[in-house]
Amino acid sequence: MMALGQAALGDEIRIGSKRFTESYILGEILTQSVVAAGETSAAHKPGLGNTAIVFAALKSGAIDAYPEYTGTIDKEILKNATVSDLASLNRQLAPLGLGVAVPLGFNNTYALAIRADQAEKLGIKTLSDLAKHPELRLGFSQEFIGRADGWDGLKRAYGLPFATPQGIDHGLAYDAIANGQIDLTDIYATDAKIEKFKLRVLPDDRSYFPAYEAVVFYRLDVALRFPKSWTALQRLTNTIADRRMIHMNAEAELNGKDFATVAGDFLREQRGAAAVRGSSKRGFWDKLFAEDFGRLTAQHLLLVFVSLALSIIVAVPLGIWAARSSAMAKWVLSLSGVIQTVPSLALLAFLIPVFDRIGTLPALAALFLYALLPIVRNTYAGLTQIPLSLRESASALGLPALPRLRLIELPLAMGTILAGIKTAAIINVGTATIAAFIGAGGYGERIAQGLALNDHETLLAGAVPAAVLALLVQWGFDGLERWIIPAGLRAA
Amino acid sequence: MKSDSSPIQLYDVRKSFNGHDALAPVTLSFRSATTTVLIGPSGCGKSTLLRVMMGLIQPSAGQVEISGVKLTHQNALALRHGIGYVIQDGGLFPHLSAASNVTLLARHLNWTEQKIVARVQQLAALVRLELGTLQRYPRELSGGQQQRVALMRALMLDPPILLLDEPLGALDPVIRFELQEELKAIFSQLKKTVVMVTHDMSEAAFFGDEIILMRAGHIVQRGAPMDLLERPADAFVTAFIRAQRALPQPAHAL
Repeated sequence: MMALGQAALGDEIRIGSKRFTESYILGEILTQSVVAAGETSAAHKPGLGNTAIVFAALKSGAIDAYPEYTGTIDKEILKNATVSDLASLNRQLAPLGLGVAVPLGFNNTYALAIRADQAEKLGIKTLSDLAKHPELRLGFSQEFIGRADGWDGLKRAYGLPFATPQGIDHGLAYDAIANGQIDLTDIYATDAKIEKFKLRVLPDDRSYFPAYEAVVFYRLDVALRFPKSWTALQRLTNTIADRRMIHMNAEAELNGKDFATVAGDFLREQRGAAAVRGSSKRGFWDKLFAEDFGRLTAQHLLLVFVSLALSIIVAVPLGIWAARSSAMAKWVLSLSGVIQTVPSLALLAFLIPVFDRIGTLPALAALFLYALLPIVRNTYAGLTQIPLSLRESASALGLPALPRLRLIELPLAMGTILAGIKTAAIINVGTATIAAFIGAGGYGERIAQGLALNDHETLLAGAVPAAVLALLVQWGFDGLERWIIPAGLRAA
Repeated sequence: MKSDSSPIQLYDVRKSFNGHDALAPVTLSFRSATTTVLIGPSGCGKSTLLRVMMGLIQPSAGQVEISGVKLTHQNALALRHGIGYVIQDGGLFPHLSAASNVTLLARHLNWTEQKIVARVQQLAALVRLELGTLQRYPRELSGGQQQRVALMRALMLDPPILLLDEPLGALDPVIRFELQEELKAIFSQLKKTVVMVTHDMSEAAFFGDEIILMRAGHIVQRGAPMDLLERPADAFVTAFIRAQRALPQPAHAL
């Protein structure tokens, strides 16, 4: 009765998680455990972001608990210089109304990994050995680069010679290191892909990294408000060994199981066939308007419109040039046509070595190149379609070439040029989804994740907003045409 | 010869397209403050001649002098400021209002607003257009109104020379008749050197102080309208005049 009453008030337990597989899975396990306790309802807010964001959510009460690691709380959140044990952490967190509990049983420490064959060749066995090889190329997750217990501290602790490392999405780092674009990356000890990609984890021989015991980071009031649920969570203590966690990560990342299923399987194994699952499964709408919606939208807009702006700056003059000289026209139009025929993934793959990096820059370059053709072609067509009588009239007035272009020719061609820009923008909205595959973000991130995990709803949660954005861009340009195209050229 | 004060002088001007002579070598001068009509069948070279005089197309040989200055690629733009040019459909820029069409060049040359307004009022009165009409876009104007605006545009800088390429060719007969009357009055009032291209003999006779009849890039005969009627140079002239007169002439014709 009491549980029902609380649920009716909208008082549910909200579990958060960070943006990587393990956190998603642990978040699901916590959520399903609460549901199974039957005391109140639970909701999983998955993949909220990095530590700072998820911690802020916990502090503000937007979430009640999330899976975290002791080392992260110690160094990153409390910024302690020395290592604290669980009791010490709790003493420091109590004034914030927060606590850590339920050590889950594994230590997911940060570690650095290198290709096994390269380690062999260079004779690198431990982190200390890195000091002798300043030529190694570093690709670290942005979080590792920025964290207090991350790169800067490690570099000092080992006296490493390297300059600024390259930022790379953790999910992409494995491919980048496997095909030799980077030599060294940060990994978690429980990553599923270490073996798959034949990497060697370098031992932390100076014990720089603190322990990263997986724990439940929670608001103290949760334990008081929902004692049955809290007891259920406490039963998870020491149930997940390192190997068990690696296995679950592999189930999601390599075998395509969704996070809820992996979590459900684990709980069923713990408690027999009666385990409850599925009630906390996120629907499509939750996935669509998940917390990353704003960030992905901003990234997508940046990719589309920055590349479009650059393209306009280059393509319109090229189109004007082509319209002046037929020899030029042949070259410009066929070259931009050839670019258009290169498949987008191939173009991205080609641009990564050109820029020597993944992410936004090569993605912008690819979108810029794709946008050239429609704009060049339409500028050329718009200018060459101006009737001879009008071009001669402009000439006959005695207007020099530049004012003629500005006052007469460009305004007359504006409708066609704008149509080309509109086409380019719409194509860019679609093509920009590919950019996620090289770590440039945007809606494609969900498509990539949905594909990786074989989750169609997540895939649609990326594809649908991209389609809507394409429509909005189309309408936006239709409106713009009314502003920009001279009144005298519009239908009466 | 160069001391000749003729506003337009052509020396051995030839133009060929793809090896075919559109214009045989032509030496020609136009007299100041008179209206000369270029006439002939389609493709006789009359429009080509006009465009060579504007510098819109380069002659294959020979040279053109405008008011004693040799027309070159470099000075063509400046020389065109001394020439008004009107074509068959007006050549008005559809994206600009009639007023903007008329004032475009003056604004480019940084005329004061005061001077522009005064000149537009003067020209509107001359071509009998209401100032309100000038606020419209070309597509909102009738064919006759468009040609009046085109004439205003051509006259904006008060050029001594006016070149017209079938200016009334696209108009219906009634409007055309009216505009012929008005144009002739305007020409005689302004005392410009006018060169007009037409293929209509009655129009040529109506406007021309002098008529130049062309055929296949050659000048066949040049003279006052009555000369051509009474002393045709050859059978072509006779045939051309007769064909033209046969169409619209009322009963009093011979």
